[in-house]
Amino acid sequence: MNQSELQTYLNPEMLPYPFCPGCGHGTILDNLNEALLALHLDPQKVVIVTDIGCCGLSDRFFLTNAFHGLHGRSVTYGTGIKLANPDLEVVVIMGDGGCGIGGHHLLNAARRNIGLTVLVFNNFNYGMTGGQHSITTPVGGLTSTTPYGQLERPVDVCQTVAINGASFVARATSFDKDLSQLITRAIQNDGFSLIDIWELCTSYFVPNNKFSKKALMDTMEGLDMQAGVMHEVTQPEYSRAYRAAVAKQLGEAVMEPKPLKIKYKSQLRTKLQLVIAGEAGTKIGSAGGAFCRGAVLSGLRATQRHDYPITVKSGHSVGEVILSPEEILFTGISKPDVVLALFPEGLRKVREQIEKLDEEDLLVINAGLLPVDTRARKLMIDFGKAPATLKRKEYWAIMALAELLRHERIYPLEAFQEAVSRPDEVGLKKLAAINASAGLLDPG
Amino acid sequence: MRELITGAEAIARGAIHAGCDFFAGYPITPATPILLHMVRELPKLGGVAIQAEDEISSMGFCIGAAMTGRRVMTATSGPGISLYSENIGLAVMGEVPMVIVDCQRMGPATGGATTTAQGDIQFLRWGTSGGYPVIVLAPTCVRDCYTLTLRAFDLAERFRVPVFIATDKETVAASATVETQSYEEILVRERNVAPAGADFIPYHVDQLGDVPAMAHFGGPHVVRFTTSSHDERGYITKDPKAVGRLNQHLAAKIDQHVDEIAQVKLDRHEGADTLIVSYGITARSVEEAANRARQDGRQVSTLTVHSLWPVPEQAIRHALSGVRRALVVELNLGQYRREIERLASDEQEVIGVHRVDGELISPDEILGQGGLL
Repeated sequence: MNQSELQTYLNPEMLPYPFCPGCGHGTILDNLNEALLALHLDPQKVVIVTDIGCCGLSDRFFLTNAFHGLHGRSVTYGTGIKLANPDLEVVVIMGDGGCGIGGHHLLNAARRNIGLTVLVFNNFNYGMTGGQHSITTPVGGLTSTTPYGQLERPVDVCQTVAINGASFVARATSFDKDLSQLITRAIQNDGFSLIDIWELCTSYFVPNNKFSKKALMDTMEGLDMQAGVMHEVTQPEYSRAYRAAVAKQLGEAVMEPKPLKIKYKSQLRTKLQLVIAGEAGTKIGSAGGAFCRGAVLSGLRATQRHDYPITVKSGHSVGEVILSPEEILFTGISKPDVVLALFPEGLRKVREQIEKLDEEDLLVINAGLLPVDTRARKLMIDFGKAPATLKRKEYWAIMALAELLRHERIYPLEAFQEAVSRPDEVGLKKLAAINASAGLLDPG
Repeated sequence: MRELITGAEAIARGAIHAGCDFFAGYPITPATPILLHMVRELPKLGGVAIQAEDEISSMGFCIGAAMTGRRVMTATSGPGISLYSENIGLAVMGEVPMVIVDCQRMGPATGGATTTAQGDIQFLRWGTSGGYPVIVLAPTCVRDCYTLTLRAFDLAERFRVPVFIATDKETVAASATVETQSYEEILVRERNVAPAGADFIPYHVDQLGDVPAMAHFGGPHVVRFTTSSHDERGYITKDPKAVGRLNQHLAAKIDQHVDEIAQVKLDRHEGADTLIVSYGITARSVEEAANRARQDGRQVSTLTVHSLWPVPEQAIRHALSGVRRALVVELNLGQYRREIERLASDEQEVIGVHRVDGELISPDEILGQGGLL
């Protein structure tokens, strides 16, 4: 469309507006049309996103793109549109009701300084549902849900977004002669703009409160919420800032598989089910993962589950590893073949599993733990004998697994060494832990 | 070559291979790893991935982005699906192609954040007002996670509807060994976009069961999108004829294509009097149980349902034919059993094998409770 020829952004087929006589909505929309004309925007590059309420009817009168969404969520749709395509001009129309239910989104859109222009059609109550109070109803205001007067303080929408990162914030009324210029400025701002536009709801708030244009002006005065541009700063707009921030990642390798080539041979002929009883922060998952990779390097299949409470640096951490020459279907362990009891928290968690162990099974237990009765073969492992540099608990699982491999010959130790090896300090320390672990296990 | 990989990685890789270029999510156990993969990986491809302020905005961002032409995905768990609900309805109403991953954990409410479950199966289907259909796929293993993610994107493009991947904590968080050449590739079709130049009517279909072509914000057409009952031009209407047609269309575009969506694996053994039905993680226990029963000389058949919704009724009826009874194994108190019961004949017995304590159902329990020992 050639926008230089465009005389209006309003759709003549849809007019006139269906708003109540005296309602300010139509006036604000006329001013939005004036602003779009002044900016010569391509209607295909403009998206008008509307919230719920009488103002939610607004998008249909425009020849631009339109998105009419759920109550309070208009800012989220606008954010998605802008994030996905920064070249679009997104105008969000919401009422004071939408500001209430969607306040969280408003706050976060302001905080991001995402390039939306939010026009708040603020008439102090919910018009469409019958004049209930909103977050902007003045104290004492009579509405259908505050029949004895509003007790809650009204929210200052402008201050709220201004203090939290919005880059253009103004308050206005639908009576203002310069409203279209103000809207033009708001759209011209790259980042998050909001205009809180006060107006009359002639069906509810006006008759219920003997409200009028003069009363509206007096309320502004009384609440110290005067009209005018309150805040204007230059800040990076989010959708473009995001692209700039991640630009150097462009073209990097994406989720490359880390294939493991079978280089070693395992003697394992049946499924081996292993439980590693550790505690939070002792790298059970990481050690179990390396143990699994070593098994895969030796031609086995491996699965690893991990159980932990919702806490992070406290509580148990129990790994369940299954190794098998065949495909592993059921990944749970009903009865383990081997339990490594390394820490008290983990030991408490796996008591029942230990009770299930038979004579041919194996319990490897940290010599520092209280004695445990079991039918299984029992071997003690003494981490006190580890070299000083590797005494930390995060190496215990790796050392116990290395000793298990030496003792039970599940697969070659070299495979485990290869599985942990990384050309950095962490990899070298793990390798050192494997090598230093020889002899920690008392063969009994 | 083999790799050791989690379901979360496989889903993220599947999404990237499917051309997903927009992701929004909110941290929640056990879905967080998918969010972490996406925020790290998508910028490398020129995509956008963001942690939203909550689950409601995760969905809002995705829906807005999809309407500009992006291929979008989000991931959460049961409590997040609760918050997604209103926007799932919006995506159904506005006919938004999108993929939603539900990494199920124990419910109700916060339930068990780190314990596995399959309790959202009916919720995913009926979790939004109006009750209009969605598509739900359930991967049984890490390899499936990859393939069904590709398929989810393909079905989302085909039907312009939210497609769910109903997985679980166990599958996304546990590591498994996969043959790297065993991943099944699925070509994700291009979006059916209205050609430039011709007239564009956003929600026009020639007949019920068709899916309208899309146009995107910023493209050659002016586009209208609305949450409200609308006519084919996207204008709010109360005209009973237009509203009736719209709602019939939302149902018909899925219901008329059940066989196209249906994906099951039937392992039928001649002479079997028992069919074991399962989906997701429990299907692995069922396969092991069935293998053991057969080794012991008992004939059983198994049916794994990969496309839970719409219910692949014809395939299930076919699987049920000839057996005396069906076991339905699931980590809830019998949610999908309801569907099997209504498809079984009066003579057939339908028995549930359930667990809701956060532990997996073992092959032993299936054999024991199913009288197959």
